[in-house]
Amino acid sequence: MSQYALNLIFIGGSFLLYVIIAWVSRAGSTSEFYAANRGVHPVVNGMATAADWMSAASFISMAGLIAFTGYGNSSFLMGWTGGYVLLAMLLAPYLRKFGKFTVPEFIGDRFYSRTARLVAVFCLIVISLTYVIGQMTGVGVAFSRFLEVDNATGLFIGAAIVFFYAVFGGMKGITYTQVAQYVVLIFAYTVPAIFISLQLTGNPLPPLGLFGEVSDGTPLLVKLDQVVTDLGFAEYTSLNSSMFNMVLFTLALMIGTAGLPHVIIRFFTVPRVRDARYSAGWALVFIALLYLVAPAVGAMARLNLIDTVYPNGTQAEALEYEERPQWMKNWEVTGLLKFEDKNGDGRINYYNDANEEAAAALAGSPQGNELDVNRDILVLANPEIAQLPSWVIALVAAGGIAAALSTAAGLLLAIASAVSHDLIKGAINPTISERAELMWARIAMAVTIGVATYLGLNPPGFAAQTVALAFGLAAASIFPVLMMGIFSKTVNRTGAVAGMLAGLFFTVIYIFIYKGWFFIPDTNQLADVPENWFFGVAPTSVGAVGALLNFLVAIVVSKMTGDVPAHIKELVESVRTPRGASAATDH
Amino acid sequence: MNDQSSKADAYWAENKRLMVILLVIWALVSFGFGIILRPLLAGIEIGGTDLGFWFAQQGSILTFIALIFIYAWRMNALDRKYDFDEE
Repeated sequence: MSQYALNLIFIGGSFLLYVIIAWVSRAGSTSEFYAANRGVHPVVNGMATAADWMSAASFISMAGLIAFTGYGNSSFLMGWTGGYVLLAMLLAPYLRKFGKFTVPEFIGDRFYSRTARLVAVFCLIVISLTYVIGQMTGVGVAFSRFLEVDNATGLFIGAAIVFFYAVFGGMKGITYTQVAQYVVLIFAYTVPAIFISLQLTGNPLPPLGLFGEVSDGTPLLVKLDQVVTDLGFAEYTSLNSSMFNMVLFTLALMIGTAGLPHVIIRFFTVPRVRDARYSAGWALVFIALLYLVAPAVGAMARLNLIDTVYPNGTQAEALEYEERPQWMKNWEVTGLLKFEDKNGDGRINYYNDANEEAAAALAGSPQGNELDVNRDILVLANPEIAQLPSWVIALVAAGGIAAALSTAAGLLLAIASAVSHDLIKGAINPTISERAELMWARIAMAVTIGVATYLGLNPPGFAAQTVALAFGLAAASIFPVLMMGIFSKTVNRTGAVAGMLAGLFFTVIYIFIYKGWFFIPDTNQLADVPENWFFGVAPTSVGAVGALLNFLVAIVVSKMTGDVPAHIKELVESVRTPRGASAATDH
Repeated sequence: MNDQSSKADAYWAENKRLMVILLVIWALVSFGFGIILRPLLAGIEIGGTDLGFWFAQQGSILTFIALIFIYAWRMNALDRKYDFDEE
């Protein structure tokens, strides 16, 4: 059977599965649509949260980010998992006890302020929309590579599937579809990794293989350090950037993760407060299955790539272009892998041409690096690089699409519920019937899918940078105000609004100064280089500073502007203790 | 101050103490062992590199999982102790 037919069967089969699940568990009430009737088992919710959280960035990009930077990008591993500790202890159980449907609703009630609620809605929509663009482009790329349709067709198919199950199923349909998507994506990620780990180190468990030995008895990481430094790249296992920014970036990712609305609302679906606590633990278990494998995939893929280009070792001549393997040809078609024979010797001279000393020591006489590998292709090309069976390649294709779709659905629900519940019911028409609210939620979701598809088709040239914006905003606006809402009885509405706005504007402006206003090229005031950063803070790490500013401003302003009403203090008291969480559902 | 609210205060104080202990460990394994204190662990070799590298790529994640489950388990016990548990 041809590779194309296999891809079609795996991707088509997985779609059929999602649609059937969504149809069986479609939503009939707002409680089902927003919170799956709060009847989701904590382990099931953990699995759904893992799929909700692990996006195209985790599945497709993260291993590549680690592969080409090494130790320094461990920030992604620690940051994107450490946030769950904050979520489990500081937010999820209390917000579940509060027992409403959306994140802005808590902010509005706790800070007895419609303004606070609307500011939160604004932040939520900006965060979730920037995030969803990345998922839609991910779907488009996966389709165009594996089903050989053009990008736009792939996007439309993906959008139609999401439309079907998210609009009809709501949170209930999304939850059970995400469980299926988790199973697909985790198999797709780990199966090739197991094969590759076996081939390279003889150990079937990739996380152990990473610290294992290659066939000649050298530890894998020693071998990797050696070949990358031979080619003039920075050592894999050492830190090649500032320690201060690594700490700050990790912290920003942690706080940002805990403040992402589409992740928080997943914890509204479990029956009890104690379930919310355990569910966060289960979510991290399921996430860790991929996150423990990712650094192994990164290191092994980097080594495999170099071995492919230098089959006789880095001291010998590079591979002849005409003898390149089939996977290189496949990816050349997509433009994500490029070769240019600068010295005309017909060989693929791949090295760091900024490092002249290392370049001089290489065999042949390269006139500059000739191979350009997009780091996003590593995971998708991995099974081909390791010459795994065709069905593994098809599985990876289905897995990449599952990761993107599951996250897109969660984001769409967060946006739709903010529009129908916070904006329409909360601010415009409080007397709206449940039926009408449900209809508005579906309309909002359909419109958002339209907008996301449009932005996926015409990606604003800054797709990668917007991720920094989404995490920065979640860290600087949503997380601090939620935490203060639970842990402080003295932060009042003026303080909360001032804090959110201070965090929001500070973070956005700092990012725009270096990345360009609204990411329009050449509108930045300062070049994005370490010498220009204030106190050495990188724009990608600024969310942690914005969060601190949010806390400070909120506390100081609250001190100056009077006390919190008694009934709000009672609300805080009640949120802190678990009893009555199931009763709190209906008021 | 009535009994119910002093009970709630005591429950909250114990919750916060537990949280602080666990968050200190959270910071120690990631920001500490994984990044800032890595040079101090450089002597402890594991699989061709040092312990700090392991903490940054695997150890911190495994510790995070343990922390959440310990928190959930201790808090459930605390809920029962102060009679705030859910039926």
